[in-house]
Amino acid sequence: MDTLLDDILVIDFSQFLSGPSAGLRLADMGARVIKIERTGSGDICRSLYVSDVKLEGGESTIFHAINRNKESFSADLKNPESLKAVKKLLTRADVVIHNFRPGVMHRLGLDYEQVKAINPSVIYGEISGYGQEGEWKNLPGQDLLVQAVSGITYLSGNDADQPVPMGVAVADIIAGTHLVQGILAGLFQRMQTGEGILVQVSMLESLLDFQFEVLTCFLNDGHALPSRSQVNGAHAYIAAPYGIYKTADGYLAIAMAPIARLAELLALDTLHAYTDPGDWFNKRDEIKSHIAGALIAKTTAEWLAVLEPEDIWCANVYQYDDLLASECFKWLQMEQWVVSNGLRVKTTRCPVRVNGTVLKYEKGAPVLGEHNESIKKEFDL
Amino acid sequence: MQLPLQNITVLEMCQYLSGPCAGLRLADFGARVIKIEPVKGEAGRKLAIKNLWVDDNSLLFNTINRNKESFAIDLNNEDDMQCLKKLIAGADVFMHNFRPGAMERKALGYEEVSRIKPSIVYTQISGYGETGPLHKKPGQDLLVQSLSGVTYTTGSANDAPTALGLGIGDYLCGSQAVQFIMAALIKVKKTGKGCLLQLSLLESLIDFQFEFYTTYFQSGRMPQRAGFNNAHALLGAPYGIYKTADGYLAIAMVPIRKLNVVLQCKVLKAYEQQDDFRKRDEIKKIIANRVGEKSSAYWIEKCKALDLWVMPVLNWQQMKASEGYQALDMEQTIERPDGTKFITTRCPVRLNGTILRSGKPAPQVGGNNNQIKAALT
Repeated sequence: MDTLLDDILVIDFSQFLSGPSAGLRLADMGARVIKIERTGSGDICRSLYVSDVKLEGGESTIFHAINRNKESFSADLKNPESLKAVKKLLTRADVVIHNFRPGVMHRLGLDYEQVKAINPSVIYGEISGYGQEGEWKNLPGQDLLVQAVSGITYLSGNDADQPVPMGVAVADIIAGTHLVQGILAGLFQRMQTGEGILVQVSMLESLLDFQFEVLTCFLNDGHALPSRSQVNGAHAYIAAPYGIYKTADGYLAIAMAPIARLAELLALDTLHAYTDPGDWFNKRDEIKSHIAGALIAKTTAEWLAVLEPEDIWCANVYQYDDLLASECFKWLQMEQWVVSNGLRVKTTRCPVRVNGTVLKYEKGAPVLGEHNESIKKEFDL
Repeated sequence: MQLPLQNITVLEMCQYLSGPCAGLRLADFGARVIKIEPVKGEAGRKLAIKNLWVDDNSLLFNTINRNKESFAIDLNNEDDMQCLKKLIAGADVFMHNFRPGAMERKALGYEEVSRIKPSIVYTQISGYGETGPLHKKPGQDLLVQSLSGVTYTTGSANDAPTALGLGIGDYLCGSQAVQFIMAALIKVKKTGKGCLLQLSLLESLIDFQFEFYTTYFQSGRMPQRAGFNNAHALLGAPYGIYKTADGYLAIAMVPIRKLNVVLQCKVLKAYEQQDDFRKRDEIKKIIANRVGEKSSAYWIEKCKALDLWVMPVLNWQQMKASEGYQALDMEQTIERPDGTKFITTRCPVRLNGTILRSGKPAPQVGGNNNQIKAALT
């Protein structure tokens, strides 16, 4: 396949999800990604960040999802011989990634300045939890903990709920996304200047950026805190009817819609009182309660049949089974099979199409140290 | 400081968030981003939250579209189209997020645009794919969240499906567009050949849940949210947010025995590490009872000594007052031509240790028409 990033070698020291998700995306773009893992235990994602669904061989599905299409080189970085080999490998790297706590790479002799000394044009990307300075810099940069201090837990759910974290590792994934952006910007610049660059991202800054619209609102609105809906909350800053509603047999999501139009389509006279669009926000709980009372009477399919043809922004609320059974999912071709240590594993693919083609790769996650011999030979380590 | 994309021109024919947030990042990396807008302006100008306006454009619009220019044209006007085509001939990236088919009807599909500029990186963002069964459905974030399954990852098991309270589909899709646009620019630099990039909010949200989907493919069952204090359906106890005597505490992966060194809870002693999934809710409720007895500061002090993975849960006011937030220097002030100012956040990526800021405000509709037209003739 003709890929976007040919001939790019990524040496990835990172563990868990943030850094490795960046490595995964670079691999999807065609880069060659070599994970440097600790001899014996490897990426702690192999043992600590695990679901209760394991594959043959004992590793969790999460590790396989994150680390497909990569190679593994295991090394004890505290052993001078191994370190020397890794440093030799680094002289050939286009990109280096790590997500250790601040200071760790320096102590190993592998921080940006030290790697730059042996490879001046290297693009060096690092992810921390909370940045390189400040009271939290040495604390573990873990997704839930970063969500906790970022204020984001006050944006989902309803007003009476306690803080609700987003149930997917959003800080890791967004930080990984930002790191890839910075790395590619660096690679692009290097093609013009020949110079390397240090790219730094922190999970907290990434979550602040993710909240940039509502944080800007907070910063310019007398520091007023978000106020979640009392009922059917889906976005603390958006007016009724925005929310997810229970129907006779499931749920229905309704985004922005004119209330008068909904009053007609739902045959809901109480809604006619809300003629001032300002009330759609100020009285959103009242309005939503009326809507909820009406929607429970019919099935989701019945409501979709009423609302969709009228171009009301609404949708069914799917679980994975429902989505997989849909025509749309088949059309998307989001699944792919990879092979890891002889085992076939089904996972998802890179979400972007290039020149109309979906990007799929058969190479699965590596066994710890699987490529030590081939890499030693190839790079004469 | 020389910025990586300083010689790159991006034409952003987009509205609302998905495309414009991509344009913003490219601008912060140094690209010249020109919004191609209808004469009445893109729809996002009139979309406000909390009724906050900067002038007759919303604060929201000003947040997403700072550091850009605006070229407002009527696509049905032949002269305007000629200008746009000239602009395309000098551009590197063309990006749009209109419903599938809209650009083709205006003769601005990939084929036409790449005929004008063969090395163009043409990027289109849709809700559910360009030609798939849902291509006519509005690509709105909440609707895409609802179809993607993500509403069953957040909240606890007995809660209704719970939306993530931000435009996550828009934001991620825009972020991925930035990634692939830059990878494509690298390719263009090497080969001279442009390319077509297609993204959809739905694919971006499925990718976001890749750990969940992969787990689901193996087990055949949808990952179940914890019944109590859920924070991640794939993770066992104690992972979650717990109420303390005076606030909330987030507890991440902490081995149960180790946690109990701090908690000193007799009931918890009966549980082994391998119970973390099987008895997830039971264990979490026991922990919650104990955690509720003392203040957040008390627990954090105790946990810190053992380097256990806990943090206080902060709201924005508490966060803003913290030294940890202030050390990031995350804010920047945007000064507008009329002298008014507002505060927003900056680009989250640092290059060579330097924070990237740009004080350039969002443009008025067609605010750069004269200058752009003059440069074209």
